[in-house]
Amino acid sequence: MSPDKLIYMANQIGRFFAHQPGDKAVANIADHLVKFWDPRMRSAILKHAEAGGQGLQPAVLQAVLTLRADAGQVAG
Amino acid sequence: MSLISEIDYGTPASHADKTVTVTIDGFAVTVPEGTSIMRAAMEAGIQVPKLCATDSIEAFGSCRLCLVEIEGRAGTPASCTTPVGNGMVVKTQTGKLKKLRRDVMELYISDHPLDCLTCAANGDCELQDMAGAVGLREVRYGQEGANHFDAVKDQSNPYFTFDPAKCIVCSRCVRACEEVQGTFALTIDGRGFASHVAAGMDEPFLASECVSCGACVQACPTATLIEKSVIEIGQPEHSVVTTCAYCGVGCSFKAEMRGEEVVRMVPYKDGKANHGHSCVKGRFAWGYTNHRDRILKPMIRERISDPWREVSWDEALGRVASEFKRIQAQRGRNSIGAITSSRCTNEETYLVQKLVRAVFGNNNTDTCARVCHSPTGYGLSKTFGTSAGTQDFDSVSEADVILVIGANPTDAHPVFASRMKKRLREGAKLIVIDPRRTDLVRSAHIEAAYHLPLLPGTNVAMMNALAHTIVTEGLVDEKFVREQCDGEAFADWAAFVSRPENSPEAAAHFTGVPAETIRAAARLYATGGNAAIYYGLGVTEHSQGTTTVMAIANLAMATGNIGREGVGVNPLRGQNNVQGACDMGSFPHELPGYRHISDDIVRGLFEKDWGVHLDAEPGLRIPNMFDAAMDGSFQGLYVQGEDIVQSDPDSKHVIAGLKAMECIVVQDLFLNETSNYAHVFLPGSTFLEKDGTFTNAERRINRVRKVMSPKAGMADWEITQAIAKAMGVNMHYTHPSEIMAEIARLTPSFSGVTYDKLDALGSVQWPCNDTAPEGTPTMHIGQFVRGKGNFLITEFVATDERTGPRFPLLLTTGRILSQYNVGAQTRRTDNATWHAEDLLEIHPHDAEERGLHNGALVRLESRSGATSLRARITDRVAPGVVYTTFHHPDTQANVVTSDYSDWATNCPEYKVTAVQVAPSNGPTAWQDEYQSHSRESRRIDRAVPLPAAE
Ligand code: SF4
Ligand code: SF4
Ligand code: SF4
Ligand code: FES
Repeated sequence: MSPDKLIYMANQIGRFFAHQPGDKAVANIADHLVKFWDPRMRSAILKHAEAGGQGLQPAVLQAVLTLRADAGQVAG
Repeated sequence: MSLISEIDYGTPASHADKTVTVTIDGFAVTVPEGTSIMRAAMEAGIQVPKLCATDSIEAFGSCRLCLVEIEGRAGTPASCTTPVGNGMVVKTQTGKLKKLRRDVMELYISDHPLDCLTCAANGDCELQDMAGAVGLREVRYGQEGANHFDAVKDQSNPYFTFDPAKCIVCSRCVRACEEVQGTFALTIDGRGFASHVAAGMDEPFLASECVSCGACVQACPTATLIEKSVIEIGQPEHSVVTTCAYCGVGCSFKAEMRGEEVVRMVPYKDGKANHGHSCVKGRFAWGYTNHRDRILKPMIRERISDPWREVSWDEALGRVASEFKRIQAQRGRNSIGAITSSRCTNEETYLVQKLVRAVFGNNNTDTCARVCHSPTGYGLSKTFGTSAGTQDFDSVSEADVILVIGANPTDAHPVFASRMKKRLREGAKLIVIDPRRTDLVRSAHIEAAYHLPLLPGTNVAMMNALAHTIVTEGLVDEKFVREQCDGEAFADWAAFVSRPENSPEAAAHFTGVPAETIRAAARLYATGGNAAIYYGLGVTEHSQGTTTVMAIANLAMATGNIGREGVGVNPLRGQNNVQGACDMGSFPHELPGYRHISDDIVRGLFEKDWGVHLDAEPGLRIPNMFDAAMDGSFQGLYVQGEDIVQSDPDSKHVIAGLKAMECIVVQDLFLNETSNYAHVFLPGSTFLEKDGTFTNAERRINRVRKVMSPKAGMADWEITQAIAKAMGVNMHYTHPSEIMAEIARLTPSFSGVTYDKLDALGSVQWPCNDTAPEGTPTMHIGQFVRGKGNFLITEFVATDERTGPRFPLLLTTGRILSQYNVGAQTRRTDNATWHAEDLLEIHPHDAEERGLHNGALVRLESRSGATSLRARITDRVAPGVVYTTFHHPDTQANVVTSDYSDWATNCPEYKVTAVQVAPSNGPTAWQDEYQSHSRESRRIDRAVPLPAAE
């Protein structure tokens, strides 16, 4: 799937959670991605993040990288 | 089965707590204080003759037929206008009364044509009934005197006629139009013998402001106002109560039938959503159900460039199964999915998501609610704990301040709008937040206290500015917040909204609305008594749709406007079953009852019940399906009752996605824009042809009842079940009630719902369970469903869809009364009379700058594409803003809309698109190309010609 679109969508999500109080932005973004994104979308964005994650906001990049752990089991 | 005839009590019910007891014709009756003698008598089963009274409108006292005698009182007062008094002794039949009544009837009949035998109302005429009731045997005045027999019939309205020759000038129609509908289209013009009913400025009904709701037709005691279908077919012989399949109000109707033919749809008085009222769509626009365009045979084709070929059900279903299996074998389990429509019943949508999860083995199920109200679900569940509105419709009659944001109820939810307008006429204050001056802002006897015409895309800035005013001016309901909300979350939120960048002064810059107006509106909302918020797609269809829903919830919590009658947060759902489609687990990430698919316990329940293993990962949402189709990982789609090409944004992208798929199955009534790209067409059934339930915007579960057999042979739930079977899974349902039993078994908020209960109570509002066996009209009483109300920070983020030199105007979209969504149904009825084409509303200033005149063909262009349509010059829209509807496929407004979407739910941003408007001399290349492609892809090779259409 086109990473541009996914990057845009991920940053949109990031922007909402970045403004919630506390320091849970990264966890909340990751949680949102796990709950609402189909596995193939998650693997595509993870691949992009692993390749440097250009265009992703810092908190979003961090959140995407936490998807690594479960990325293996969802790939199929 | 027989014809249901509801009791007419003559005058509306009194809701007083105190009761009085009277004796009528020797029987003692106890009724609430303020009840009319006429109504009290009817409660005791005694019918006082009447003509000008009916219980949907206030008594008027003009016909003098309902006279009674009261012991100890002189004269013969009218029973409709005289309230009962304690201990009163009333006689409804005496020699004196009989004579008076006969005299009255004689006068009426002397100026009434005596063609009863050939009159369309024969058998359903109150004048006829009353002549019988009073024992009229002769008319002494003869019919030669001055009369109205030659008055000309007005047939301008496509659905009903007005025959003044038969009018008795009882003014029931005039009062119904005022009190029930709130349109004030009718008056009694002239005096004495010359007095007559006049529509508008004494013009044909169609030319007047009449919106064809049918309330006057319903109220008319004679054949003066009567449905054309009754004139054509005759009086019905049986009726069945069912639910309108158009909008989220969910009006109950009696389908009045002759055999399997619908004679008319009459709004049902016991319907708890509509209390006997209707709009032009539900009341009259059902002709599409037997339109000649309906497809009644399954069809298949190899390629989308081939003509369709009619085949048997077995062959069509076999093709679906083999193709879906082949695709899964080649590209994996996750390569197919389904989309359901919020037009379908709960049982049907439940079944489709079950098909996807249990038979396809993935979670690629989505619903068109994605493109309208998905932000409501997410936003309200995060703040309140439930994905639904908090009130019932009746609640509006307790509201003191009504805040309408991004909704146009007079057009989109007409029957509810009538209720709202009634409350506004009683004195409730109105605040409208909408880029456009909707009808509600100023209409007969209603004027909004404040209209905040904000620029499209700035809802969050506006809500934050309202909150800023409430917090910084000390208008918060501290007690409510302390007792019922999360204190820490509130403190964070209060600090956030108090920041200067959230002040009305700062917001004025983005929204274009003066700070002082925002402040005044906020003060009214916070301090005006019971304040209720109603919102629509103008809130959800934005890149910050979810954020706006949260901001609305914050506002209601901060002012304590939750948890009782007259307040609350009320999403006005577009289509009839948007609420139900969401409740039924149509979204890819959640099972019925809004429970996440990754929840092992919940998933376990379904696995056990269905006897299969379920995937724990969320599936693809509609827009993601098209993306995945383009990269080859998603190749098979089952679309039930939804025209995604026409209703989803950025049509070009949708079409590219569909073209990339190998097997698209469309199940619908008509060939539509989506079926142009389909390989299998399965003919669906209308709401008249099946049993089921719809859940309206107030969480009310209403029964849909079958009144005729499915014209194509199968009801939609049977088709889904047949697909499952063809794929090797037998579902064994014999009736939708069994599907509901399964839903109730697996979904806590539905656990008390059964068809028997729905038959007994008429309808119930979920949650319906052991604690609330008869349902829940008002939610969050005393405590939020999630425990403590949760305030969320709602930062305003301007959309990336920006105006610039090339695209200097903002386009926003909406809908109008007579048409429904993509118009597949309404366009196939006489409703087309009111809306033959989509028009582009543009401000006179912008029109002049571009050299446009009213009615000119214009080219509407955005970064995504261009279309052409006619312009309507009006100051309803602000300079810089243009507006159109999306009811007609020729316009293809969604060629123009962008594919920006809501951050949380991907609900598309229909409401803001940067555009340019210029004179045009014809359809755009895209429209031309589209038209010819559409014609091409609808060719059908018929083995045997179809019988002549009805
Ligand atoms: S149809 Fe409705 S709007 Fe039209 S005149 Fe009758 S009551 Fe009024
Ligand atoms: S049209 Fe019907 S309801 Fe209206 S005044 Fe005449 S008889 Fe009465
Ligand atoms: S379209 Fe809506 S308001 Fe109109 S009759 Fe149907 S449910 Fe009622
Ligand atoms: S019914 Fe009472 S005066 Fe007409």
